[in-house]
Amino acid sequence: MEWMVWTLPTAIFFSGIAAILLGMTAWELASPSVERRGFLPIATTRGDRLFIGLLSAAYIHLAVVGFTDISIWFALGTSVLWLLVLMRWG
Amino acid sequence: MNKVYNNRAWFLILPMLLLVAFSAIIPLMTVVNYSVQDVFDANTRFFTGTEWFEVMLNDSALQAALLRQFAFSFTILAIEVPLGIGIALLMPKRGWQASAVLILITLPLLIPWNVVGSIWQLFTRGDIGLMGVGIRELGYAYNITRNPADAWATIILMDVWHWTPLIALLCYSGLRSIPDAYYQAARIDRASKWAVFRYIQLPKLTNVLVIGVLLRFMHSFMIYAEPFVLTGGGPGSSTTFLSQSLTTMAIGQQDLGPSAAFSLIYFLIILLVCWVFYTAIMNSQKDKTTQGGA
Amino acid sequence: MTSSVPTTPESVRQQAAEVAARRRKRTRSTTTRWRRRTLLGLYLVFVILPIYWLLNLSFQTNSEILGSFSFWPQNFTIANYARIFTDSNWYMGYVNSLAYVLMNMLISISVALPAAYAFSRFRFIGDKHLFFWLLTNLMAPPAVFLLPYFQLYYSVGLFDTHIAVALAHCLFNIPLAIWILEGFMSSVPKEVDETAYIDGYSFPRFFVTIFLPMIRSGIGVTLFFLFMFSWVELLLSRTLTATNAQPIASIMTRTSTASGIDWGTLAAAGVLTIIPGVVVVYFVRNHIAKGFALGRT
Repeated sequence: MEWMVWTLPTAIFFSGIAAILLGMTAWELASPSVERRGFLPIATTRGDRLFIGLLSAAYIHLAVVGFTDISIWFALGTSVLWLLVLMRWG
Repeated sequence: MNKVYNNRAWFLILPMLLLVAFSAIIPLMTVVNYSVQDVFDANTRFFTGTEWFEVMLNDSALQAALLRQFAFSFTILAIEVPLGIGIALLMPKRGWQASAVLILITLPLLIPWNVVGSIWQLFTRGDIGLMGVGIRELGYAYNITRNPADAWATIILMDVWHWTPLIALLCYSGLRSIPDAYYQAARIDRASKWAVFRYIQLPKLTNVLVIGVLLRFMHSFMIYAEPFVLTGGGPGSSTTFLSQSLTTMAIGQQDLGPSAAFSLIYFLIILLVCWVFYTAIMNSQKDKTTQGGA
Repeated sequence: MTSSVPTTPESVRQQAAEVAARRRKRTRSTTTRWRRRTLLGLYLVFVILPIYWLLNLSFQTNSEILGSFSFWPQNFTIANYARIFTDSNWYMGYVNSLAYVLMNMLISISVALPAAYAFSRFRFIGDKHLFFWLLTNLMAPPAVFLLPYFQLYYSVGLFDTHIAVALAHCLFNIPLAIWILEGFMSSVPKEVDETAYIDGYSFPRFFVTIFLPMIRSGIGVTLFFLFMFSWVELLLSRTLTATNAQPIASIMTRTSTASGIDWGTLAAAGVLTIIPGVVVVYFVRNHIAKGFALGRT
């Protein structure tokens, strides 16, 4: 494992992703998701919205890191907020 | 088809999942780890945070390579897809000719990628190559090591030579799977050739074309061995595409951090393009089937 | 036959089609047919010409290649091929390449078959996302995965073995195999499965004795694509091997030495890399010509 050069932030990141996936599976088992249409132009399931949310979060982070001087925590906050909005109304 | 909801299907998936995850997830995690550090070796490394991402996003050489990559990918798709469909329509349908043409057309696909580069190097060299000498005989000072336009044209020609067969092959198979009854019905209706193509053949081809276009798009982003052998990325950096910039950075200069950061950016770009494309196609198909069912 | 009075709608349609076809054949002048043949012929020439040139150079000595320009070998020689077949460093490259390609085909197809069956017959948690995730592996740029791969296989002690390359190629070959097979399997009606289960077949027995023979040509086509993408790949196979499992593609770089490039040997080695592909296409040509419509329908 030494060659994988783990760091604390990336370890937290991957544990977070794994936790989200496990949580989504549990949620899906508890109450299966129904495909519906929100403000997004396509009908989505819960998992689709999560994927869209994560992908756009990645782009938000890239934009903030690459082209502005705003703190990355701001990007993280925006992404979480956006993800929640997407999950609820998307 | 109505599928049964059954989570035991996961057991059928499991062996595949373990194998692919071993080859996909562990390296991906390592790349993410690299991207936030300055790595000299496993014991000597410094946490750099998002610095590499910032550097890479503002690196003009890489931005140029990215633009060049898009220009290249869209050019070859614009040539290869129509040409491939055309070839598939022209191919004989049965008999020994069908087999012969099929084998000949498939040849370029089965040649190792660096050999493809060598073949075109031998073919286009100004001193020993048939095409190189031929064009010079016609009076044009063809030179792929000096003239960027020549290098570009040659690489596009090489890619068309190499990959049009894939589109043609997929389309040919798609066309062959159309039952004869469709054509008979069209003949009775005295449908024009264009109408047959538009309303019988093209809809059948949509699926294979999605696969063909996605595969071609993804592979064109990985193009490495062929231009590396043929032009070495030159003249200057006029034919240096993304994969080559990356390989130079990762292997040649051992800059693991920056190249990892850049490959993640690159991966996100392809992921977005492919997801949009895939979702758009899947949704248009779903609309069609629900309309048909209603 | 054609003079009898048609009685069913199908036979009416059949006759009408035959008559129309005959009329069209007459009106579709021979010029159209010749135009089609010429266009296809031109494309075939374009495909063949670079390969012909490689073949041409492979039968020439280096002095002839560099000294005079000729459309066919003036002093026909097989010395270039002789060099490859007598030097074990050279021909072992072909053996190594074939070894890992065959291993990869075997591994990929055996895990992809059940997985594709699951995707084509069942809905389960995360199926669509899993399917898309598999596709993303086709787009993973090998360029920067090289170093992690090297270290991964080194740390599990598989570096410079055939199986290492075979496993690494699974990354893109298994998703591809599932993608292709799923299309074939979805075209087999589900009633087949249900009938077999009612008849008391267990799942493994049904899968092997009934289902697999039904998608025979699908398996053929899949194996063809698996061979193709594993055989042509260079970066991963070169990085994961040193001497014991070195693929032919990376051995070929030895032709460029300080004294210049050994064009004749390079050309001969290139020609030999084409031959396994030709053999494979020859075997699957009928499956391809029979037609398959890939993708989820």
